[in-house]
Amino acid sequence: MTDITQELTRKNHHPAEWLIEKALFISGIASIVFISLIFLFLFKEGMLTFKSVSPLDLIGKWVYDPYDEKNIFKVMWQSVSEVPKYSIVPLVCGSFLVAFPATVISSVFGIGCGIYLSEIASARVRETLKPTLELLAGIPSVVIGFLMLAVVATFVQDLFHTKFRLNAFVGALGVSLVTFPIIVTLVEEALRAIPKELRDASYALGATKWQTIWKTVVPAAVSGISAAVLLGFGRALGETMIVLMATGNAALVTLDMFSSVRTMTANIAAEMGEVVQGSEHYYVLFLVGAILFTMTFVLNICSEVVINKMRRKLRM
Amino acid sequence: MMNVPVEEKIFHAQKAVPMDKHNSSISIKVKDLNVYYSSVHALKSVTLDIQKKAVTALIGPSGCGKSTFLRTLNRMNDTLPGARIEGSVIIDGVNIYGSEINVVALRRIVGMVFQKSNPFPKTIFDNVAYGPRLQGIKNKSMLEGIVEESLKKSAIWDEVKDRLEKPALELSGGQQQRICIARALAVNPEIVLMDEPASALDPISTAKIEELIHELKKNYTIVIVTHNMQQAARVSDFTGYFYLGLLVEHGETKKIFTTPDKKETEDYITGRFG
Amino acid sequence: MRESIVSNLTVKHDNLSENFMNGLVRIFAVVPLIAIFLILWIIVKNGAGVVTGSFLLLAPTDGMTQGGIFPCIFGAIAKTVLMVVMALPLGVAAAIYLVEYAGDGIVFRLIRAAVNNLAGVPSIVFGLFGLGFFVLFVGRNLDQVLKTGLLFGQPCMLWAAATLAILVLPVIIVSTEEALISVPQSHRAASLALGATKWQTIWRVVIPQARGGILTGAILAVSRGAGETAPILFTGVAYFLPHLPVVNLFGFIPMVNPFDQFMDLSYHIYIMATQSVDAEKTLPIQYGTTLVLISLTFLLNLVAVLFRMYFRKKQGLVTI
Repeated sequence: MTDITQELTRKNHHPAEWLIEKALFISGIASIVFISLIFLFLFKEGMLTFKSVSPLDLIGKWVYDPYDEKNIFKVMWQSVSEVPKYSIVPLVCGSFLVAFPATVISSVFGIGCGIYLSEIASARVRETLKPTLELLAGIPSVVIGFLMLAVVATFVQDLFHTKFRLNAFVGALGVSLVTFPIIVTLVEEALRAIPKELRDASYALGATKWQTIWKTVVPAAVSGISAAVLLGFGRALGETMIVLMATGNAALVTLDMFSSVRTMTANIAAEMGEVVQGSEHYYVLFLVGAILFTMTFVLNICSEVVINKMRRKLRM
Repeated sequence: MMNVPVEEKIFHAQKAVPMDKHNSSISIKVKDLNVYYSSVHALKSVTLDIQKKAVTALIGPSGCGKSTFLRTLNRMNDTLPGARIEGSVIIDGVNIYGSEINVVALRRIVGMVFQKSNPFPKTIFDNVAYGPRLQGIKNKSMLEGIVEESLKKSAIWDEVKDRLEKPALELSGGQQQRICIARALAVNPEIVLMDEPASALDPISTAKIEELIHELKKNYTIVIVTHNMQQAARVSDFTGYFYLGLLVEHGETKKIFTTPDKKETEDYITGRFG
Repeated sequence: MRESIVSNLTVKHDNLSENFMNGLVRIFAVVPLIAIFLILWIIVKNGAGVVTGSFLLLAPTDGMTQGGIFPCIFGAIAKTVLMVVMALPLGVAAAIYLVEYAGDGIVFRLIRAAVNNLAGVPSIVFGLFGLGFFVLFVGRNLDQVLKTGLLFGQPCMLWAAATLAILVLPVIIVSTEEALISVPQSHRAASLALGATKWQTIWRVVIPQARGGILTGAILAVSRGAGETAPILFTGVAYFLPHLPVVNLFGFIPMVNPFDQFMDLSYHIYIMATQSVDAEKTLPIQYGTTLVLISLTFLLNLVAVLFRMYFRKKQGLVTI
């Protein structure tokens, strides 16, 4: 055997290589492990609710009313009471009453701003605007919540003469500040992914800039834009500190944007601290968390599917 | 099998060549080599012997498989997802696609220079010392010795000896490419593969690289891919013409460029191609 | 014929709607900007007078209506450092696996989906998870196995930081991935061709070039982690602590005690604004605390943004 032959068939002297790859693999799947654990623990604790609470109780409960002298079906969240009522209807209602207007506001501004950044703004404007928006995304939500509570709430009340100083609309305004940067980033990304040839083709046919944007660019990017809106909606549903501080936290069933509401997130944040571990109330709060998690999970998956579909389409 | 003008080779090699370790004059024996990328059949049963301490040029239109072939010789195709290789490449009696082959060791024996110069964003010294350091050489003076020798072999020592601690990316394209050659030589390979090493360079830098190749063949087996036929004619001893994944013709450069056996080869060489 | 072409070419286009739309989207971009600056201005205006040396360096007094916020600053920094120590190695390793090893098969897509979903989990859900998993499951079981009484099985800085670490994991992974991808493939090929193993290539060629992006991710994660409130509500933060979470190791080396609860800037803002006996009276403290928190996060974000711009520019030069 010559030395080249020896060299070529020499045993690999990098056993560490195998070890490192395994370690990296474990770190890689850590995200899968964590998301599964979150799923598992939320549902494990949440399901224990049904040891003592019937699924119907989560919607409402027949309670004897001493004034009307009969049983009334009460749709309310009243966790600390002689007869605790755990209807999640007011909480879901509150969550949507905040998240929906917040998503509408941030989508209108986010899509507009995304179009501006991608189609109209000069490179220089874009390079200064984007970091500024990143700064907005970096403002802790507790800070926005505090300002809503301390400043904006009064301003809104003076403007609209609302009954409650803290209400769903004030919360929605705050939440829209959080979802806006998310939507802008994704919308801009979606628009910029549209190939230049498509725009050129439109211009070559005599279309103006805005005809091109409306009839060519935006329709081509529509799935990316809807993914952005879905993701923004998911974030709005999950936002905690702003709604905890700015919506008044009254668990009412209402469709009035200017009413105080209590969202699922705020409800967990406000009550979990005082609850006895292992009690019925404790499990119900976990169940609310599990429902919230499922909603945002589904929204995330939807937006991801939509984005992937768009990516595949554009690659072709 | 090819008729090898042994006398001529020895004449070229002169005294720079140490005693030939192996009796055979064949460096690489390629037999029935097939390469598939996913569903594309990129190389179709290529059989070829590559002569020791000579320059073999691979020519052909782009997409003909010449670069793919080159990359099979140091198993760089292994890093591409979906690549499948059949057949054998025998270096020194060992099939490098055999099961007990140490790919890392193979790449030290078969060095490679890429089409676009790709020095690391490190100093000139650190670039050339990269390979030796991988092998665990830490001794400063030993490294300095290897770096100097490699840079001298690559004919760039005089240009950079005073600025070894400067970033390699500050050099010109031609100089960068010679640094990359020095970097490959520092690992002390037997065979050097060059994938269009001068295609991104100006004529003066190209001339320097060609001169260097001529110098290097005294000590190394060189396989070079080029789309420039004049270059192939100038630097190589043997030439292989690839077309659509097939090795159409292979032989002495002089013969290929004057009296090729195949009509396709003649068409390509005389520019009547396509 | 010719005349009609000329007249067509020179006809005044209906520029009104075009200009209107241009103006409209500009407004959509400008209004949020105004909101940012308004937020900053209000905080600075009301908070600047409050933030003094003693505010930064003293503990709260008189039932938290007077004094400073030092314990909150201390707690916020200690918790964030602990979080980064846990999240950074894991996140960087995960990104290396994704970019260098995973290929694009089913494992890659599963991890990718998990990371994206992790980034979208509501922060309060992290809080619940931290309580249910870290404090009650891991902590209580550790206590039982190690017979440590009630050391692990209660809310403390360790579990708060661990919960935050999972929350910022996607931030670090995504930013590190971007940095790794930007390293030219040709450098990997060159290294492999020189007989380097895969890991040698990653360690000696890829990571040195991706250092900037990794650092950016770490800074962004710190800034995110420093401002999150909901995940720490039930996992370790305290309304008020009469002492700093510090323990003397071997009796004489003072170090942060990860098994103690801690006070925190963001939580302090929340409780002062909503749970305080007299929220009006403590308004200056609220603004002061907010100014400190936002300065901290802004500074970190600014550094991250500048870093990224610097490294992107540098990468650009390298690849040309």
